[in-house]
Amino acid sequence: MDALILSRLQFAITTVYHFLFVPVTLGLSIFVALLEMWYVQSGSYEERIKLKKLVKFFGTIFLINFAMGVVTGIVQEFHFGMNWSEYARFMGDIFGAPLALEALTAFFLESTFIGLWIFGWDKLSEKLHCLCIWIVAFGSNLSAFWILVANSFMQHPVGYEIEGGRAVMTSLFDLITNPYIFGEYTHAFFAGITTGGFLVIIVSAWKIATDEISREMFIHTLRRAVLFTFVGIIGVMGSGHLHTQYLASANPMKLSSIEALWETTDPAPFAIVADINQEQRRNDFEIAVPKLFSFMLYNSFSGEVKGINELQREAMEKYGAGNYIPDVKGLFWSFRIMVGTGGLLLGIVFVIGVIAFFLRDSIKKFLCYFKLMPLLLPLPFIANSVGWYIAEAGRQPWIVVSLQKTAQSISPNLTSWDVWATLIGFTAIYLFLAVLAVFAAVQFINRTTISEEE
Amino acid sequence: MDLNIIWFILIAVLFTGFFILEGFDYGVGILMIGKSQSERTQLIRAIGPVWDANEVWMITAGGASFAAFPHFYASMFSTFYLALFLMLLALIMRGVAFELRGKLDNSDWRNFWDGAIIFGSLVPALLWGVAMANLLHGLPIDSQMHYAGNFFDLLSPYALLAGIFFVLLFAFHGANFLSLRLADGRLLLDLQKKSRFLGISAWLAYLIFVVALVFETDVMSKFTGVIIFAAAMGVLSASWSFAREGKQKAAFITTTLTIAMTTVGLFVALYPRLMVSSLLPEWSLTIYNAASTPKTLFIMTIAAVIFLPVVLIYQSWTYKIFKERVQSIK
Repeated sequence: MDALILSRLQFAITTVYHFLFVPVTLGLSIFVALLEMWYVQSGSYEERIKLKKLVKFFGTIFLINFAMGVVTGIVQEFHFGMNWSEYARFMGDIFGAPLALEALTAFFLESTFIGLWIFGWDKLSEKLHCLCIWIVAFGSNLSAFWILVANSFMQHPVGYEIEGGRAVMTSLFDLITNPYIFGEYTHAFFAGITTGGFLVIIVSAWKIATDEISREMFIHTLRRAVLFTFVGIIGVMGSGHLHTQYLASANPMKLSSIEALWETTDPAPFAIVADINQEQRRNDFEIAVPKLFSFMLYNSFSGEVKGINELQREAMEKYGAGNYIPDVKGLFWSFRIMVGTGGLLLGIVFVIGVIAFFLRDSIKKFLCYFKLMPLLLPLPFIANSVGWYIAEAGRQPWIVVSLQKTAQSISPNLTSWDVWATLIGFTAIYLFLAVLAVFAAVQFINRTTISEEE
Repeated sequence: MDLNIIWFILIAVLFTGFFILEGFDYGVGILMIGKSQSERTQLIRAIGPVWDANEVWMITAGGASFAAFPHFYASMFSTFYLALFLMLLALIMRGVAFELRGKLDNSDWRNFWDGAIIFGSLVPALLWGVAMANLLHGLPIDSQMHYAGNFFDLLSPYALLAGIFFVLLFAFHGANFLSLRLADGRLLLDLQKKSRFLGISAWLAYLIFVVALVFETDVMSKFTGVIIFAAAMGVLSASWSFAREGKQKAAFITTTLTIAMTTVGLFVALYPRLMVSSLLPEWSLTIYNAASTPKTLFIMTIAAVIFLPVVLIYQSWTYKIFKERVQSIK
């Protein structure tokens, strides 16, 4: 394997790993902030003791996750220069600005106020302390915005011109208001709400099932987390739907690859399963619902959708000879896994919601199921990961759509040995840390009880 | 003064902030060597609330380099590929260690993470010294701004010497910081003893470093650079005597000044280059051939002028909140 494919693999592994923690940070920071507001506003003495413990309980889980997110994020910032120096040269005038703004406006906020929050319990007034976690939540979500501004440019360049062989910014405003960012940011934001909320659901269910002393309090958090996650899932679905419709104009190649639609059709069917033959550029077999794809895109049962083969011909005319078709099979199935997982999550959260709100008195009957719920925890993480696969693999062979190819962006001084060493190194340390962090979190969850004793 | 010069200054300011603030964090990590577990806990608590925000200075320096001088960012990060990988491993272990160390009540668990903090403080301190020394010394950078050497070309005796100098200076700086933040009398006494040794070692390392600079770089062609280094050595020797006399505040302020002057000196010696090519002077990266467009530089200048002071305000507020000395725990 050469340095290019190894670097791509390394970037994929490190970003997906980083994005296991990011959505939890985005969502759980808000959830913990809401919990603390509840604590600050609560009047009863006994309740306050328990609520404070609860805030610290979920705060601790948040902090373990936050630390993992921060340290793996540094790797990403360094990565653009380390492995993708020609990308950094080509894109620096545009990409550097949101990255620097992310550090200036978001990272400083997060990191400063998280320190105040962790160590400030006895030094700050209750309201000020609560404000700290809100600022952390704001900073985290703002940082997601900036990095997605940068990513949106790679998906759909706006506000630039090409000058002296590199992309040059003509308008920061255009960059920030890139229509692509709307779908991408809302989708990521609600995915964060969903992931953070679902984590709280799982932890609460586990505590309800295994910790009798704390049961009462975790039924409260379960209820709140169900509502929280529900909002998240609906938001993910809505933003995902709108974004896919938008892709029809913004990046038709990605869209048609997701649907494995090889030939231009009107109205276009929606394939539920397909045996994709990327070499022959066709599906050997498929089960499809007629007209459905057109309907999903245009809210009408007619409407042409361009096929991959026509888009490939157009791309050749525009950009010269080459293969402009991404990994259709991977995109097709990733999309189905993502949507399927989302639907499954909605069903699960609905059922748990019914139990938590309407069958509260007979909750003991469900404890054996609650005990098994940690097995469901991977679901949102799977959806997030395949979601990013769709976003990033869907723009190949481009690193910046229509402007620079991934193959042109690699650092020329790297040997495959260099990248092998770091690929193995990062993967090993990431696996090792995942084991330790999960171990620490599980230990903490199991030995902490929420009682009235101070 | 054009925007390129302003950004050169801003990058220097960010690196100065980084070396001052993470300097004492790294120093505290290094000083954990040979301490008992309960003592190490106190040392960690002294930087617990602030280390994360201090580290963001480095991240901002990196991001700002990317925005203002993309070729500098691209060449530097790809040149130092394996060195930065090592640094990342160190920073990852250190960052996670602060969070996970206290999560289990188990002495082996804590020892392991303490080791991670020591490793994670020592390695970046050393490597930043190596990196700064190499930027100024010159590396085989070709006409396309690409690195034409290998990993071991980065580790010349001269560069390693600079790394050791950084480690000693940061350790001394960390000791001075701790002497302001701890309450445990026995620890303070021990720190004062260590400061004696660290102060003189850092000073000697500085002397050797400056001599090496004279022989290995073109620093002599910039008289101001040499003056700044000489003055910094004077301040450092003052710091050493403050530390011995137990004037803790003065000792900390003077190491802060030493680090600031040293960083400024390095950037003055670099100016107007960002990364020197040892193959041909014309191939060096400068604040003009490595820069973004005036438009981007202008936008980023406005952003920096607005946000940097705000950051400084709330960060210094944090230090005020946590000014109370860390009590020893039974």
